[in-house]
Amino acid sequence: MRAIVTVIGKDQVGIIASVSTLLASEGVNILDISQTVLQGYFTMFMLVDLTACRLSFRELADALDKKGQERGLSIRIQRTEIFDAMHRI
Amino acid sequence: MLNPHEIIATNEMIDKQNLDIRTITMGISLRGCADPDPAVCCRKIYDRITKCAENLVKTGEDIESEFGIPIVNKRIAVTPIAIVAESCETEDFTPFARAMDDAAREVGVNFIGGFSALVHKGFTPGDLRLIKSIPESLAGTERVCSSVNVATTRAGINMDAVAMMGEVIKKSAELTASSGGMACAKLVVFANAVEDNPFMAGAFHGIGEPDCVINVGVSGPGVVHHALEKMKGRPFDEVAETIKKMAFRITRVGQLVAQEASRRLGVPFGIVDLSLAPTPAVGDSVADILEEMGLSSVGAHGSTAALALLNDAVKKGGVMASSHVGGLSGAFIPVSEDAGMIRAAQNGHLTLSKLEAMTCVCSVGLDMIAIPGDTPAETIAAIIADEAAIGVINNKTTAVRIIPAPGKKVGDIVDFGGLLGSAPVMPVSGCDSSAFIRRGGRIPAPMHSLRN
Repeated sequence: MRAIVTVIGKDQVGIIASVSTLLASEGVNILDISQTVLQGYFTMFMLVDLTACRLSFRELADALDKKGQERGLSIRIQRTEIFDAMHRI
Repeated sequence: MLNPHEIIATNEMIDKQNLDIRTITMGISLRGCADPDPAVCCRKIYDRITKCAENLVKTGEDIESEFGIPIVNKRIAVTPIAIVAESCETEDFTPFARAMDDAAREVGVNFIGGFSALVHKGFTPGDLRLIKSIPESLAGTERVCSSVNVATTRAGINMDAVAMMGEVIKKSAELTASSGGMACAKLVVFANAVEDNPFMAGAFHGIGEPDCVINVGVSGPGVVHHALEKMKGRPFDEVAETIKKMAFRITRVGQLVAQEASRRLGVPFGIVDLSLAPTPAVGDSVADILEEMGLSSVGAHGSTAALALLNDAVKKGGVMASSHVGGLSGAFIPVSEDAGMIRAAQNGHLTLSKLEAMTCVCSVGLDMIAIPGDTPAETIAAIIADEAAIGVINNKTTAVRIIPAPGKKVGDIVDFGGLLGSAPVMPVSGCDSSAFIRRGGRIPAPMHSLRN
């Protein structure tokens, strides 16, 4: 199963490191990363593969959300199908 | 692989424009629950519903979490109870409503529809007993919704049923006077009712439906409104194209959720209902879309044309996005559930007459409208007859969900809370329709019903 992790917040040292460390520790493989600054906010998208993930989807989402709250960031994870459904025929 | 603009666009629709899946509704056949003993029938109804829908809410929540799209309601529609309980040796049908209510509470759904009867051509003894039991059933339960189909294009209008429903609505309001006539918010009178509608209060599981089925209702007036904000002053051709594109996207999400729910629950996928369903939340209003097209208020001249365009474009955009489209599929214009409609009704810009005209070009009909508590039953019946005539002649679904709020007068506000919102009491004609309603009988089916 593939998913998109979206991280939005104030730019700060170590955002990518902390999110990727969390993902790695739970067995989530990062396939692609894109980052930019939008309207003054750091915005990062990660395409990840959850095949070997040790947590259930909801547990992983909660862990990412908790990590986000610690750093004042919004971190969410969604399965890729919703984006494909909406933007691809 | 990663297209940041698409990810941002999707998440803005969800976060800022109230895009959501309005309902996953499980249709459950109760045809196997008939029994002469009412207690046994009730038990079978309860067992059947709780077994089929055991995992409905959890599955909905899982999908919500994985795709990051809110699924506002999980609901159940069952076979019209008049059919299920027809063979029971009892006059009182309220225990069946309680069985439905208990089952809904057990599985955690907020509404269950199907305390219903289809009487467009006439009544069976079960239909009559059900209709008689509606006021007490709705007053005595929390989650049960009721609907009665009084007309079809093929059969005409059962005016005896229309007259009866005027009385039923009055009594339902009186029994729930302390909550503003809340029971009437859970009671729909239909013409041309559809068998696969996932939206409450009018959902029931039609007799041509499979044993169990998943239907999904999408929403997203805020998404359409937001897209039109960028189209100021542009011609209607471009407005229609913009709405079609948005409707396509919204419906694709509905289709995805429907397929996923169907797969996980092991229940066949029925339809996606392409309705734009508003809520009282700011930015989730169908009225706002009409006003964005250039009307100073919904209810202004031009509102019917604006709604016709919207309704048609939503269907055209949505139909390619789903393998099976059904239900009501159109724009809803409930007054109490739409902040823009409430505002227009309060200001006197939106009248019952204009709403009636607007129901000619959209789905459903006079929906969630509060009227003075002293409105005679015959006047309510006459309102139903007018709506039924619009549905029958135009070969479309129409409905009346109207609340004669006890003790309330024009200008008062009735608050139902939650998604049902609050309704300003609107004036009705003071002219007498009682002799018209007392005639009874059937208004014959129109010429164009003879299509064979």
